[in-house]
Amino acid sequence: MQSSTETTALALDVRDLRMRYGTRDVLAGVTFTAKRGEVVALLGPNGAGKTTTIEILEGFRMRSAGDVSVLGIDPARGNEAWRARIGVVLQSWRDHKFWRVRELLAYQARFYAPFATAEVARPWDVDELIEIVGLSKSAQAKVMTLSGGQRRRLDVAIGIVGRPEIVFFDEPTAGFDPHAGRDFHDLIHRLSDFENTTILMTTHDLDEAEKIADRILVLDEGRIVADGSADQLARELTTAAEVHWSSGGRRHVHAVREGDPTAFIRDLLVKNPDVSEIEVRRASLEDTYMALVRRVESGQSRGGDKPGETAGKNPEVQA
Amino acid sequence: MTTTTGLDTRWAAVRAGLSRGWIETRQNLTETALVIGQAIPPVAYIAVLVFMGWILRRKTLPGTDFAVVTMVLPSLLGVSIANGGLSSPAASITADGEDGTLLRAKATPNGMLGYLVGKIVMFASTALLAVLAIVIPGSLIVDDVILDARSSLLLALIFVVGMVATVPIGLALGSLMRSSAQALLVPLAWTLIMGVSGIFYPITVLPRWLQWVAQAFPVYWVGLGARSAMLPAEMVAAEIGGSWRTLEMFAVLGVWAAVGFLLAPILLRRMARRQSGSALAKVRERYMSKGY
Repeated sequence: MQSSTETTALALDVRDLRMRYGTRDVLAGVTFTAKRGEVVALLGPNGAGKTTTIEILEGFRMRSAGDVSVLGIDPARGNEAWRARIGVVLQSWRDHKFWRVRELLAYQARFYAPFATAEVARPWDVDELIEIVGLSKSAQAKVMTLSGGQRRRLDVAIGIVGRPEIVFFDEPTAGFDPHAGRDFHDLIHRLSDFENTTILMTTHDLDEAEKIADRILVLDEGRIVADGSADQLARELTTAAEVHWSSGGRRHVHAVREGDPTAFIRDLLVKNPDVSEIEVRRASLEDTYMALVRRVESGQSRGGDKPGETAGKNPEVQA
Repeated sequence: MTTTTGLDTRWAAVRAGLSRGWIETRQNLTETALVIGQAIPPVAYIAVLVFMGWILRRKTLPGTDFAVVTMVLPSLLGVSIANGGLSSPAASITADGEDGTLLRAKATPNGMLGYLVGKIVMFASTALLAVLAIVIPGSLIVDDVILDARSSLLLALIFVVGMVATVPIGLALGSLMRSSAQALLVPLAWTLIMGVSGIFYPITVLPRWLQWVAQAFPVYWVGLGARSAMLPAEMVAAEIGGSWRTLEMFAVLGVWAAVGFLLAPILLRRMARRQSGSALAKVRERYMSKGY
């Protein structure tokens, strides 16, 4: 997995990143790192600060405070040589609609040729890349005639045509059909496993983060509230369960940190004679994610680096 | 880190930009929607020449024995040059800001340089085609215009000077506009300016203050330059001060070029700074909900 191009062990090093608009803190001290070849998902609800974070790392937005290093360079001072080493996958909308797929990719590729090094051959061979993203049949098609899924494949191809050492994806699979989503996962794995490319993607979809990422960072209200692999997050959750019941015409939910919710149910039945439709659910990663998000929203607790420290503490959530 | 020099990388971007200019010029000539858009002004201008030549066939230019329509042909050439340099760059940079083209350029090493080179090639070639589409049929319809080696050379010079004077201003204007709907103001203002710039009749019939207004803009001067190239010497009698004022023409267009080259990089950089994925998403949402 180690590559000879390695100049710094860390592809991303973000320390106490802060972003303030007026009096509102969009990022309130974000700290994380990513190793070369690592696939990291930045997960969080809308408005959590994911896009702001990724745009700062891409060098498209100035930060208020904190230290940021992308491939060893501060994005605020990144020059064109640095730009050639990073890939940004944008979501096409109407741009270049009269261009043909191969034509546009070949045009984009030309900019990277002088940035080739002994270790990294730049750019990617255009026809090979078209093949990899599955657009061979559409190589001569006009961009405007592509389906949504094909268009996203083209976006990915344009983002990686310069053989970047790190790729940023903002909500990469929004609008993907399941088949395209699967291909996308394969491509991400190919990039990280064979090309040792570091990948940072934002998503609000935990399921997607779980499938793709080596590590998940949960961001909410401008803070990292959880940081770990999908396995780590899941393992921490095996003890948690949820009790659902109806009472007084309303649905209630209670999260139980200990594995056995029997004591809670016994107590519940004694205190509330009208309880019906009792259901015990083992918490999924999804439930924990939502619980994390809800807790941060309700301001009951903040911070915590391990999901285990924060998972399941929520005493009661009325749904 | 590498042996790459800044010059190598910029040269690659310039060459990519030239290929971009060629690809987009070809699209202008082959995409039906674009062809129609390009063809409307020359066709309309030729129609105007035919119509005016017939309606005003007995009307001579004040102080000369030549038909009014004779001065209209070179004046319309001036309009095409200035229009190709001002209106289309303004509209195209605003649209490219909204649809993500500029953001892609910004995400690419030296991408903005390649983008600008490509656009300038495309504007110039498109404006040149528009000029040819008017001058060739126009000189067959209209009597007394001169189209020899000297006038062609002068026209070529005025074309280059006219583009240099207008493209940077057009790009600067376009980068000030926040949306394509706002960018429609440019052709609107353009039509007003055209109306007072002595295109369809000598500017000398206008009130003195309007003459001054017209002379502040490049359209009048590019038109004057084209008239000086293509009209018989006697027709100078219908111009302000009875002179082609060649020096003044280059001076005024030079000032416009200088202002443009000063403003365009600042405004383009400011526009580029605004570009981001989230800004693009907002534009997209606005289109989805409001439709413009």
